[in-house]
Amino acid sequence: MKEIEVDQNGYYGEFGGAFVPEMLYPNVEELKENYLKIISDEGFKKEFDNLLKDYVGRPTPLYHAKRLSEQIGANIFLKREDLNHTGAHKINNAIGQALLAERLGKKKIVAETGAGQHGVATATVCALRNLECIVFMGALDIQRQAPNVARMKMLGATVVAAESGNKTLKDATNEAIRYWINHAHDTHYIIGSAVGPHPYPDMVARFQSVISEEVRWQLKEKTGKETPDYAVACVGGGSNAAGTFYHFLNEENVHLVAVEAAGYGVDSGESAATTQLGTVGVLHGSKSLVMQTKDGQIIEPYSLSAGLDYPGIGPLQAHLFKSGRGTFLNATDDEALAAAFNLTKIEGIIPALESSHALAGLKKLKLKPSDNVVVCLSGRGDKDMDNYLKVFDKFN
Amino acid sequence: MSRIKDTFSNNTDRKILNVYCTAGYPQLNSTLEVMEALQKDGADIIELGIPYSDPLADGEVIQNSGAIALENGMTIEVLFQQLENFRDKIHIPVILMGYLNPVLQYGFEEFCKKASELGIDGLILPDLPEYEFEANYRQIVKKYQLDFIFLVTPETSIARIRQLDELSTGFLYAVSSSSTTGSDKNFTDVEKYLGKLETLGLKNPIMVGFGIKDKATFESATKHAAGAIIGTAYIKALTASDDIEEGTHAFLETIK
Repeated sequence: MKEIEVDQNGYYGEFGGAFVPEMLYPNVEELKENYLKIISDEGFKKEFDNLLKDYVGRPTPLYHAKRLSEQIGANIFLKREDLNHTGAHKINNAIGQALLAERLGKKKIVAETGAGQHGVATATVCALRNLECIVFMGALDIQRQAPNVARMKMLGATVVAAESGNKTLKDATNEAIRYWINHAHDTHYIIGSAVGPHPYPDMVARFQSVISEEVRWQLKEKTGKETPDYAVACVGGGSNAAGTFYHFLNEENVHLVAVEAAGYGVDSGESAATTQLGTVGVLHGSKSLVMQTKDGQIIEPYSLSAGLDYPGIGPLQAHLFKSGRGTFLNATDDEALAAAFNLTKIEGIIPALESSHALAGLKKLKLKPSDNVVVCLSGRGDKDMDNYLKVFDKFN
Repeated sequence: MSRIKDTFSNNTDRKILNVYCTAGYPQLNSTLEVMEALQKDGADIIELGIPYSDPLADGEVIQNSGAIALENGMTIEVLFQQLENFRDKIHIPVILMGYLNPVLQYGFEEFCKKASELGIDGLILPDLPEYEFEANYRQIVKKYQLDFIFLVTPETSIARIRQLDELSTGFLYAVSSSSTTGSDKNFTDVEKYLGKLETLGLKNPIMVGFGIKDKATFESATKHAAGAIIGTAYIKALTASDDIEEGTHAFLETIK
């Protein structure tokens, strides 16, 4: 197997690169020149690890879900990123990038958010480190994710509604990049997903790789084996998937399974299943798979889950798909909701709508009873209660 | 010699005015009418924008004009049909400005071939970085004899300015400050920056863009440059007027 790693221009196979206007070139170049040096520095690592341990609450448990295992017919382990401070895996990357921004001398942070989990994580770390924080969020997502909007405001962030396009994650990302262009000098852009110009996809994957690093030793403790047979994660842009897969990318015996959001169904016209619907294109600074018209206009995606309705995937994920190294499944809104109610009922865990897509993917795998399957439970469902309550009767 | 180069060498005694317009705005079929009005009222170069759903370098005004143009049904295919015989009427240089993705979907080489056949003079693709250009696209652009114009900003290092100047033909696009289009500027700083650029002895003439909206900013921006590019202010003028010809005339009168 060819080793999977990023090259110096930020390419994973044919995907990646840094397609940014000249106005952002110095910032992206500054990051590219410094990120590996900074994050491998002993002082940085120590500060990052300490914050992950004492502030975030890591390591997160690797929980053997017995009743779910019986139901699925394999050993299902849930990597409990939902138990992180702020309720999702997003905090790992937000802390890493905020520490990096400080070392680059930036005083101000801009971020985009879909479900609000990345926005909350970023606002949290900005409060912690006394950094000014501006979060762009699609106007529609602001309505869908009210509790997270309130949390960001309480944490001192300025939440700006993105009113362009479909008023969701793609538009929030555009507006955040525009803000960055206009304030490039003093501002660091904390991208929440494994997308964007190089070095973002690689940097985000490295900060999130704490997930797979912990899985290795936790699984060894529980099963005697360091590698699972399957590593499963939901994919919008791909940050929790990058973290879940990272230490298994070059382990041929581990099936890497990514679950995309199919919305009302892949062919319904209301979907966010990029690998099924996308073609090669350039969006938000990198070449990847993108949902677009034949004229190259970006198509507005749809998913009930605000964190997954993004019309692209990160270049690493696109490479995993194209090379066949990863298996890409998808789950509809209804399948994800069913999986969420099921997990709640049999394990007492209310998952985020995003993570519910990963859980829904389990049913689509041909698993053996002896298989060890790690599912990244990327976030908790508190923020999705409105959505869950709306359909409570239908699924109970 | 290219039409763009001619424009600069034939007009050494005055400043060159390049006006940006969005293809398919305000109406799908108004593209040529807008271009004719610009030529008639004294624009020296036309920068014709190809609308894109996610135009990162643009401010709200140009972004909205693009969104309307897309709703009107503008595509590269349609634009090329509209430009079929434009050289019968338009004799000034025309540059296509757009984002990389729609051009890639059309096919980069096919795009250059068609643009060249129609009589287009040059390309500006702000999100195509120089190393990608050198590795994959430079030869194609050269093959079809199109000028390719790079952007520089006040943050661009001198070494990089020289590199981008070397790769550019036609002119070098000096963004007045690191920002999206249509942002307000302090033109004292802009003059200082352009004065510095002037001393570098670059091979291309400098055209200044971003934030130029009236006679005062045009004159200030062109003290140390060959000319300037106006976009947002013209789109605003077009939007405010019911008549393309009248609106263009009234606007350009305030600049020249």
